[in-house]
Amino acid sequence: MPVATTAASHAALSPTRRLDPAAAAIELVDVHFAYDTREILKGITMSVPRGKIVAIMGASGSGKTTILRLIGGQLKPASGEVLVGGQSVPDLEPDALYALRRRCGMLFQFGALFTDMSVFENIAFPMREHTELPEEIIRDLVLMKLHAVGLRGAAQLMPSELSGGMGRRVALARAIALDPMLVMYDEPFAGLDPISLGIVGQLIRRLNDALGITSVVVTHDVYESLKMVDQLYFVSEGTIVASGTPEEVRASTDPYVRQFVDGAPDGPVAFHYPAPSYRDSLFADVDA
Amino acid sequence: MNRSTIDLWVGIFVAIGFGAILFLALKVGNLLTLDRTPGYHLQASFDNIGGLKLRAPVKAAGVIVGRVESIRLDPKSYEAIVAMRIDRDVLFTRDTIASINTSGLLGEVYIGLDAGGDTVMLKDGEQITKTQSAVVIEKLIGQFLFDKASDAGAKK
Amino acid sequence: MAIEALGDLGQGLRRLGGAVTGGIAWLGYAARFMVAIIWHSPAAFRRLHLTLREIYFSGVLSLVIILTSGLFVGMVLSLQGYEVLVRYGADEQLGILVALSLVKELGPVLAGLLFASRAGSAITAEIGLMKATEQLSAMEMMAVDPIARVVAPRFWAGVISMPLLAALFSALGIFGAYLIGVRILGVDAGAFWGQMQAGVKVWPDVSNGIIKSLVFGTAVSLIAVLDGYDAKPTAEGVSSATTRTVVVSSLAILALDFVLTVFMFRGIGS
Repeated sequence: MPVATTAASHAALSPTRRLDPAAAAIELVDVHFAYDTREILKGITMSVPRGKIVAIMGASGSGKTTILRLIGGQLKPASGEVLVGGQSVPDLEPDALYALRRRCGMLFQFGALFTDMSVFENIAFPMREHTELPEEIIRDLVLMKLHAVGLRGAAQLMPSELSGGMGRRVALARAIALDPMLVMYDEPFAGLDPISLGIVGQLIRRLNDALGITSVVVTHDVYESLKMVDQLYFVSEGTIVASGTPEEVRASTDPYVRQFVDGAPDGPVAFHYPAPSYRDSLFADVDA
Repeated sequence: MNRSTIDLWVGIFVAIGFGAILFLALKVGNLLTLDRTPGYHLQASFDNIGGLKLRAPVKAAGVIVGRVESIRLDPKSYEAIVAMRIDRDVLFTRDTIASINTSGLLGEVYIGLDAGGDTVMLKDGEQITKTQSAVVIEKLIGQFLFDKASDAGAKK
Repeated sequence: MAIEALGDLGQGLRRLGGAVTGGIAWLGYAARFMVAIIWHSPAAFRRLHLTLREIYFSGVLSLVIILTSGLFVGMVLSLQGYEVLVRYGADEQLGILVALSLVKELGPVLAGLLFASRAGSAITAEIGLMKATEQLSAMEMMAVDPIARVVAPRFWAGVISMPLLAALFSALGIFGAYLIGVRILGVDAGAFWGQMQAGVKVWPDVSNGIIKSLVFGTAVSLIAVLDGYDAKPTAEGVSSATTRTVVVSSLAILALDFVLTVFMFRGIGS
């Protein structure tokens, strides 16, 4: 399997492998978060073991991306703890926060590649910003990352010339550019064709195992997630309603999980947006 | 857009930009005409300086030989004391007349120096004793009307 | 009836008050933003080519519109001015009329307005779009401060470009005035340049113009990067931010022009 060998050989060549093994876990303890007056998260408690892939699933708007931003320190919780590698993220000084971010990678929804730079320069960006490595070594590293995602030949293209799947893979390569200890994926499967879906899913799994990183995947793609994650958390209306391994989830009788996994239109997540009764609406006076 | 092209264009832009600023300063403004030749100072007192301003030219035979440096009022004699800087290589006699003139009808006011026949030259810091104040149009007209009125009166 | 009217009045007053406090709060935010930009500027200048690139996009690419506009404004000024001056036999003052108008006023203001609409709006759109496509967020998560990398170079590029563009505008204007006044209308070339040189002083005239263009450049650049950075990450958000940049910049230029002119006004004859 080409993906496996390139990922494994990539890990063998990877120059930096550091970090205290026990410190790579993520922990959220009773986290609350609100935008102005709207409460988004109402007590989230979850933990991500080191080296594992955890999926956070839920309907659109359930607060999944907010959890990622809390972990990354872009948002501060109203209450509760957010611990990454044992450090409380909201309490970090800006310098310490930036140091932490250098050890994390993030794959944004739709890639968020820098449109004024080529693929090569996008991946070289974190290297040039945070290391003093000479250009020859950066060139080699960039090509290695591109090779791991299968896009070494696309190095000189501009992001506008890439297809959705290719762009996503380049963003993945950029996310692992500095060999992070933790990678966060925000809807990595959104809008991809089936082949690209499969590629991205496999890459997430292989890179996680080959590099020994921890991965958090926010998604609502059940099928791909069940194929490759170690643990799933289901978020609905600001709380965790279910969690488990893929086998447990497949066998679950929880109505929310069942609706999600089966893709049923109605269930705990209602089909109808709240509205007055149909009869009343139809027979109401029409405004002149 | 590669880096060397950008650098080139930015360089050209900054160059012509500074060129424009220089053009405005030299050709349009009077940066170069600011007298840099070393000079000496002379003083003169006037009853009325008219519209004389700071940095107004000091001319002899119509040629600019210096600039007005300061204008102030003597609180005791109520005369205007004007200090001028004159080019070092132009010397004036002790009996030079300093007068306030206007170049043309609407032109700028300047100090005209008419050298006399004295053998002694004025030195740095000395005073021009013979001065002629500015012609003030209102006084002229008033004088003219007064003369006219007194003529009419005399004729009666 | 009266109660309703009072209610509407109260409503209107509340909105006015809200707008005023909102405006003042925005000014405070803008000031803090400016401090943040200056704080991160050394980083931006260490990577000099970032700023150079932005000077290219803001300054060099504005040259065409600035030069042509300057030329035309100078030519029109010459025509109009000649028509009035010749009535008093003072057509030899054409040079100084044109030069003072351009250098002290029209150069900085018009170049500023043109710069705001061409380069300012482009900067806002670019930064707004980067925000909408999460590129700024991505930079943040990669521990690169977007203010140092994206905002500061564009800000300084604007501040540096403005005086140069204003000077070029004025220079081209004077040249255009020379073409029309001397070559076509027959004003004496010696009088044209001579009166100009006698009447336009480096300090305060030319320098005032440069000070004005620096102030305008700072204002326009700050407004442009601020609106872009603050834009709502949607298509409508970016477009409304872009129009806001042009409108607010233009108003700021005209208001600042008045304030600066009052400060610089020394009275006639000192």
